[in-house]
Amino acid sequence: MWDYTEKLKDHFTNPRNVGVIEDPDGVGDVGSLACGDALKFMFKLDDHNKIKEAKFQTFGCASAIASASALTEMVIGKTPEEALQITNNDIADFLGGLPEEKMHCSVMGKEALEAAIAQFQGIDIKKQLEGEIICKCFGITDKEIERVVKENNLTTVADVTHYTKAGGGCETCRPKIEAIIATAHGDVLKKPVEKKPPQKRPLSNIQRMKLIEETIEREIRPSLRTDGGDIDLLDIEGNKVLVTLRGACTACPSSDFTLKGLVQAKLREFVSDDIEVVVNS
Amino acid sequence: MKTVYADNNATTRVAPEVVEAMLPYFSDLYGNPSSMHLFGGQVEKQVIEARAKVARLINCDPSEIVFTSCGTESDSTAIRGTLGSYPDKKHMVTSRVEHPAVLNLCRHLTKNGYALSELPVDNQGNLTLDELSQAITDNTAVVSVMYANNETGVIFPIEEVGTLVKSKGAVFHTDAVQAVGKIPLDMSKSTIDLLSISGHKLHAPKGIGALYIRKGTKLTPFILGGHQEKGRRAGTENVPYIIGLGKAAELALKHMEDENTRVKALRDRLEKEIINSCSNTRVNGDTINRLPNTTNISFEFVEGESILLLLSDKGIAASSGSACTSGSLEPSHVLRAMGIPFTFVHGSLRLSLSRYNTDEDIDCIIENIPPIINRLREISPFGKAS
Repeated sequence: MWDYTEKLKDHFTNPRNVGVIEDPDGVGDVGSLACGDALKFMFKLDDHNKIKEAKFQTFGCASAIASASALTEMVIGKTPEEALQITNNDIADFLGGLPEEKMHCSVMGKEALEAAIAQFQGIDIKKQLEGEIICKCFGITDKEIERVVKENNLTTVADVTHYTKAGGGCETCRPKIEAIIATAHGDVLKKPVEKKPPQKRPLSNIQRMKLIEETIEREIRPSLRTDGGDIDLLDIEGNKVLVTLRGACTACPSSDFTLKGLVQAKLREFVSDDIEVVVNS
Repeated sequence: MKTVYADNNATTRVAPEVVEAMLPYFSDLYGNPSSMHLFGGQVEKQVIEARAKVARLINCDPSEIVFTSCGTESDSTAIRGTLGSYPDKKHMVTSRVEHPAVLNLCRHLTKNGYALSELPVDNQGNLTLDELSQAITDNTAVVSVMYANNETGVIFPIEEVGTLVKSKGAVFHTDAVQAVGKIPLDMSKSTIDLLSISGHKLHAPKGIGALYIRKGTKLTPFILGGHQEKGRRAGTENVPYIIGLGKAAELALKHMEDENTRVKALRDRLEKEIINSCSNTRVNGDTINRLPNTTNISFEFVEGESILLLLSDKGIAASSGSACTSGSLEPSHVLRAMGIPFTFVHGSLRLSLSRYNTDEDIDCIIENIPPIINRLREISPFGKAS
């Protein structure tokens, strides 16, 4: 039996905003009967370009119904642009969390929302998510997998299956999914993590600087380069490591994440726990 | 809230008589049946009696019954034990609709140098004997085909299968955990070599099973150690549970007619009224060759987990072959092997009864299902409430 939160159960048993809007401003249809879940989401704007009404119809399990119900409540009062900021994690959080295996229900909500807003804006969203179909069982493309991997920082095939269903059928596409994960994060994350020595010997300054340089070279740079970016080590002052990001990284909205999530984490893992990374812009 | 339990193919209530029979064997009669003293010897006598009761249920000799820990252990013992006894034969035959206890084991064994043929079924869930005949070769060590399917209740033509298997010189195993106690079985007139029994499917507790081993069947032991079960299954006997299985077998024999008349009538009424009161439904599987307690009904445009949770809110326990209930993303391998359209597979509902179900239980289910299906169809983008 799934461990559903009380809030999720409530949104399943008493779903809000079920139904259709007669004359909607945007409609998003995702999923299908064959996949086992489907969501039709629609909204109507008021005179101030804010969503005044949102409705849904869901074919699916309890968490799919609850995710859609939650989504409608979350978007009402927002402009389409504001609504687009909602992530699948926000939907899951709104419900007090979803079981890992059910995260794809929140992703379906996010996708239906995007599809509806894209329709309103006259954008062909299908084109954006076009690509090679990787999972033939559930019709999931490489672009979709790549996106969910990056947005949710997924690291394993099982994660991807929980979020998109890809790989949950015949399982033959699993090696391909693995390759997409590796590319998305940079191959470096796939390499077996070198075990930290149980007790770190104190490093001399020169050893420490050398280790920082090596770690950037081995653990960080290849990953950034796959995304068209790069990193330069400028200086080391005590526990502060001054770096500058180059190429695609400078314009990347997730460069903050790159810095903390990748550069600092790797340096802390391989050099010392107290390292602070400072970016020189 | 009263529980209406309609998930008896998953597990059953332990009969109160069974519990009563077991209790003395925990703190009072706790002797080891292998001991030389009278304190253990009196327990051994009761284990012998329990074995005889299980043997009577399927009409075999008590020496042909080996106690195990569960149905899965019985299946593993039968299949691995046969392969071990015929080291030159490297081929197995099973069906696509087997329980994972057999199917996953056989698929696992293909990594160890064994070849596997998985027999298809038709859209009624029936085996095609021609395919079976073609699948068995001189290299086939074991054919393992279930007696009755846990999801649909469909009963395979086991004796026809067995006759074919024996004519080709292979060993015949059947996973009969869903059949034992529900329909009469007679090993004295059977072609079955090995047959798996699970206690908790017939009102004994979880944690006890048995394997019928026809006299003369070569079987390499699966669990080695002491001399228990004549060396065929080592480990000190699980005495209280063996006593419990014996009692449950005795009761099953006594209630066999009730199961096949009253319980069957309850199932038939349940199925008929659900089909009549909900549109876009179908019954999955052959309705003639079927266990008396099981029905598997699909509701188009709705998803099984949602049905189960809303039923659960009403105190009704059932199960589904939908993907979301399996913990994996794949819906029932049984329904898919039958070629049932995906739209129906996701909305499948299995109701399985027992002798403890009453007319009031059936009324309660019949009363609650149509509004639940209608409500989910109102939420569904595909469905129209009826």
